[in-house]
Amino acid sequence: MPPKSQLCLLAALAVAGVATAFAGRMDPYFLDVLLSVGVSVVLAASLNLINGFTGQFSLGHAGFMAVGAYTAATLTKTLGAKLLPLVGGQPWVLLPLALFAGGLTAALAGFLVGAPSLRLKGDYLAIVTLGFGEIIKVILQNVEFVGGALGLNGLPTTLNPAWSGVIVFATLAAPMLTVYVVWGLLNSTYGRGFLAVADDEVAAEAMGLNTTRYKITAFVVGAFFAGVAGGLYAHIKGTLTPGGFDFNKSIEIVVMVILGGMGRHVGVILAAVLLTVLSETLRKFGDYRMILYSLLLIVLMLTRPQGLFTWPLWKRKAA
Amino acid sequence: MFMTTPLLQLTDVTIRFGGLTAVSGVSATVGERELVGLIGPNGAGKTTVFNLITGVYQPTEGRIEFAGEPTAKLRPFELTERGIARTFQNIRLFPSLTVFDNVRVAFHLHLAHDAVHSLTRGPKFQREEVELRERTRELLSIFSLERVQEEPAKSLSYGDQRRLEIIRALATRPKLLLLDEPAAGMNPAEKVELMKLIQFIQEKFRLAILLVEHDMKVVMGICQRIHVLEYGRKIAEGTPAEIRANPAVIAAYLGKEHA
Ligand SMILES: Nc1ncnc2c1ncn2[C@@H]1O[C@H](COP(=O)(O)OP(=O)(O)OP(=O)(O)O)[C@@H](O)[C@H]1O
Ligand SMILES: [Mg+2]
Repeated sequence: MPPKSQLCLLAALAVAGVATAFAGRMDPYFLDVLLSVGVSVVLAASLNLINGFTGQFSLGHAGFMAVGAYTAATLTKTLGAKLLPLVGGQPWVLLPLALFAGGLTAALAGFLVGAPSLRLKGDYLAIVTLGFGEIIKVILQNVEFVGGALGLNGLPTTLNPAWSGVIVFATLAAPMLTVYVVWGLLNSTYGRGFLAVADDEVAAEAMGLNTTRYKITAFVVGAFFAGVAGGLYAHIKGTLTPGGFDFNKSIEIVVMVILGGMGRHVGVILAAVLLTVLSETLRKFGDYRMILYSLLLIVLMLTRPQGLFTWPLWKRKAA
Repeated sequence: MFMTTPLLQLTDVTIRFGGLTAVSGVSATVGERELVGLIGPNGAGKTTVFNLITGVYQPTEGRIEFAGEPTAKLRPFELTERGIARTFQNIRLFPSLTVFDNVRVAFHLHLAHDAVHSLTRGPKFQREEVELRERTRELLSIFSLERVQEEPAKSLSYGDQRRLEIIRALATRPKLLLLDEPAAGMNPAEKVELMKLIQFIQEKFRLAILLVEHDMKVVMGICQRIHVLEYGRKIAEGTPAEIRANPAVIAAYLGKEHA
């Protein structure tokens, strides 16, 4: 008998499967928002592991997302004609592999960025990840293989009947897997170490915790899921440009984590859902969208600095 | 004199912060299962000695050996791994974690599970978690803290926070426990009770303890040997009776109290 948490995950995946079966009958706009929400939850829950639970401050999530997006898109589009026959012409095999590869390259990038900067105390991580995001953008703009400044076009999307099912399922399943992984990592004696590092690094070291290793683990796992989210994003939008993964995108995710109450599972998921739906709804206001969105954020931050959904029910606590 | 190498040995240890020499040429030992006091006036360098022993600071000069092995360049968690645990003068619990989790997380060094097992959550993982819960509760019961085990550590009274810090340090299974003013802020009755418990812990867990404490009566009462610091230098070492009679100590430390 698997533990309750794994049964919950299986049930959630089953729901994702059922939803996928009905995706064809959904209103396209609704489906679009639903998929965006899926990507946002993956991004917010994984950044929450780094910034919320482990107490670090990363501004690099859009950068890792870009790494994953371009890796996955290269595998399904640029190399797709060669790779697809190798997996029996099955997008159901190729897409998960491409997403996984996107996650791995993002995780590798996360390790290269995190390992040197997480050894140091203080705000180095924020500065280094900020720089990393910009560097990735510039690199992508100058590599012709991935389309340079124009980016990549014509990726398989939900409009392609052969790909639609797997894209929808993966986008609905990924947030559930991400939440399970983050929850599982934290809910063990080992995992309480992440929270201890966030609370007091000096005391954590004194209790025998390798704080550097904890921080790097959180960072690399977070980067992995940002990469997966990037891969999903690529196959929802169908086009990728380096400019799409700028500083604003990183900030958007940071805001979800802050409004979710930093280091709260449910709060951050709800904040990701709410802000994504809001931002999609505001599209009809055209250019005023960003102003309205920013104003709203200011009001929310001023009135609920502790997070939108912070009441005892969802207090961070042992399960 | 020791027949074998002492558990902890400091040899001519000096540390300077810019122009200030906080600890100057200190040599001292703590033997296995010995309860040793470290006393001295404010600013004498006692906490700095703790920070040197635990690897928070590296000595500018001199050597520190633990269980016969030099500790230079080891990080604090590596020293904890080798058997040194501590409490902090200014209390450093994990304030947002529950009392229970504060202790549980300190079993870290002896865990059979890691990140991967936290995800697979197999039967072995679950058995270990159940066992750890039991062991955590056992430790908490030493200071009857199991009744508040689900409270966040920051909500405890000052005295209970200090007690919790000791329990948390014990969870790392140390050979040497460094206690930095564990009775600070407690009333005389609580102090007496705490010192009894410290002796009890030392017996039960077969520990060596190095104890910083300002209350002379307390230190003299339970320590087998005492080191005295003043302005970063060691001015005396001996049994409580010898320290009580030492003129340098009386002048530097006791003198002020009895003046
Ligand atoms: N990181 C540091 N940088 C600069 N000076 C320091 C540092 N740590 C300690 N000192 C100085 O070293 C001296 C010894 O301090 P320490 O805290 O070890 O004294 P103490 O004996 O523990 O005193 P108390 O009884 O007040 O706790 C003090 O003058 C202190 O200001
Ligand atoms: Mg001190």
